[in-house]
Amino acid sequence: METEVVHTNFKSEEYFINMGPQHPATHGVLRLLLTIDGEIIKKVEPDLGYIHRSIEKMCERDSYQQIVHLTDRMDYLSANINNEAVCLAVENALQLEIPERVKVIRTIIGELTRISSHCLWWGVMGMDVGALTTYFYGFRDREMINDIMEETCGARLTMNYNVPGGLMLDIHPNFVKRVKEFVAHFKTKLPEYDRLLTGNVIFQKRTVGVGVLSKEDAISFGASGPVGRASGYSCDVRKHHPYSAYDKVTFTEALKTEGDTYARYLVRIQEMWESLSIIEQLIDVIPEGEHRVTTNAVIKLPKGEYYQKVETARGELGVYIISTGTKNPYRLKFRSPGFSNLSLLNHIAVGGKIGDLVATMATLDLVIPDIDR
Amino acid sequence: MILLSITENIHNWLFSVMPAGVASIVEMVLIAIVYLTVFAVAGLFLVLLERRVAAWFQLRIGPNRVGFQGLLQTMADAIKLLTKELTGTDRADKFLYNLAPYFVIISALMALAVIPFSKDFHAFDINIGLFFLIAISSIGVIGILLGGWSSNNKFAIIGAMRSGVQTISYELSVGLSLLTMVVITGTLQLSEIIEIQKSGWLIVQGHIPAIIAFMVFMISGTAETNRAPFDMVEAESELGAGFHTEYSGMKFAYFFLAEFINMFIIAAIAATVFFGGWLSPFGITESIPELGVFWFLIKTMVLVFLMMWFRWTFPRLRVDQLLTLEWKYLLPINLVNIVLMAVLVWLNLTIRW
Repeated sequence: METEVVHTNFKSEEYFINMGPQHPATHGVLRLLLTIDGEIIKKVEPDLGYIHRSIEKMCERDSYQQIVHLTDRMDYLSANINNEAVCLAVENALQLEIPERVKVIRTIIGELTRISSHCLWWGVMGMDVGALTTYFYGFRDREMINDIMEETCGARLTMNYNVPGGLMLDIHPNFVKRVKEFVAHFKTKLPEYDRLLTGNVIFQKRTVGVGVLSKEDAISFGASGPVGRASGYSCDVRKHHPYSAYDKVTFTEALKTEGDTYARYLVRIQEMWESLSIIEQLIDVIPEGEHRVTTNAVIKLPKGEYYQKVETARGELGVYIISTGTKNPYRLKFRSPGFSNLSLLNHIAVGGKIGDLVATMATLDLVIPDIDR
Repeated sequence: MILLSITENIHNWLFSVMPAGVASIVEMVLIAIVYLTVFAVAGLFLVLLERRVAAWFQLRIGPNRVGFQGLLQTMADAIKLLTKELTGTDRADKFLYNLAPYFVIISALMALAVIPFSKDFHAFDINIGLFFLIAISSIGVIGILLGGWSSNNKFAIIGAMRSGVQTISYELSVGLSLLTMVVITGTLQLSEIIEIQKSGWLIVQGHIPAIIAFMVFMISGTAETNRAPFDMVEAESELGAGFHTEYSGMKFAYFFLAEFINMFIIAAIAATVFFGGWLSPFGITESIPELGVFWFLIKTMVLVFLMMWFRWTFPRLRVDQLLTLEWKYLLPINLVNIVLMAVLVWLNLTIRW
């Protein structure tokens, strides 16, 4: 006869908890189905679909100029870079010769967008680990970029500055001056970020060795952007497949090998320095010329399949267009960085505490509309 | 002195118009009402101060529209909270759910009774004052545990359990660091502790071990009040609002106010035990005893500011790191520190002037 000792008095039971869709740490309407044993995470299941707007399907209905506007609403923090991706795909398909001026301006605007996105991420990262003040510091510096964008293209969040063939408007006369002001300002503020958060003992305790992602896993999960680079996976599209003016500038790809939350944090901080250096290299050498090549009012891409990838603030954004030669794409697919980065959350968060999950999620830098198009 | 003469007049008048037994009960009720009013106002002021200090740290202005410099802002908030509907969860344990906020607020208010604001402004000067403070301030956690348990909400129960773990652990450090100072004073009565400090604040008298005890007390005191960087209980980015997720209106306000009063109590204990309470520095205003309240509040406010500074600068610890800090660092340091202090007192190495 089998004898089994059952500890009825001290039975530990896993329980299930809904984190989101309305939760401060999920930054939007992401819902995580957590299975928890006390404080320890046993399983994380992301549940998507709360902000699905069928952008890809809408693209099949719209003309190529209109599609650009939809991309703002995906990863709204790198709106300009998303615009650029579609524009580049269309321009490459049409084999348009884009003026140098446009390329340089697009690169500068793209890097400004990246800094602005990382500023917001830094603020939110601090908030997720409990340091509420960082949020306002990040927003102070982001505000300057938003002002520059507002002056240049009239919008602060969804810029729609790029159009197939170039830029919607030429840059504002103040643009160069104000970007220089911003670069000088931000160079004094970035060390402040380090003083406030990076060197903090509690912050390091919360992040070092938490949510470790190995290089192999990073590659197999399709991680890109700072998440992949923190694991030692060199995946910077700007470096490996330069577009716009990235082949004309020198910058180092921020790489770390630890793969933990702290490494992802440091990669993004370093990326802000690199973006500053890219802007500095280009801001004085914006060539004269046209800001736009005239295209047909109705753009019809030749029959075929086109793919363009760019590096957004979150990682590799791919635009895959199948055209049948009409004014609409037959099918348009976005490969969004957030989706792949979210997919590895279960892999790296299991075994940690609830606090670890929040810190890990903060460094994945998820923007939910980007995941849920 | 004016205050004292007013209270004495009321005392004499009460005893002249009614029998002694009734008069003393009426007097107690009056004192309680005065204390409640003063601390409702003090709590609201601390909330405002916190918001203004936070704004100052965060490059903002903060509330400055309602009343002069926003002085009436928190009053307006309190009125809003009073008029709000009290919502609750289905299948919650209604009795415990309603009881919980009172545990928290009553323990906070009871502790205030023994705090010496000045030589004369001291409601309840018992000979176990310090012990009473430690004992009373730990009752509050029962309210938090009850609130989390009875809310029928998983986030609330996680918050409450964290709170239980945290408060039980840090209670040790609070008690031991204060006991370190009792080694010098030889008394638990708060008025006597202050009298002893006429020959030098205890942080000077006890120098090295006293400074260690002060640091330990401030760390564990912050943890005791569940404030950042130890706000595991609320941890808004992890648990939403933690144990008070399901509370609304005035019940929520009780939790909220209790946190601020607890912060005031921790700062007041530190000011009393380490910095001479209502004594002026170097006895510069010893001839004017009315200034005692002023000095006491100045010292307390500096320490309150220190705690706000912690909150708006540091990230939050993780729950296991919180326990590591207490059991592996603060507690051993504390135990060694008591021995060190005892040796210091034994060899008569304290500094007095």
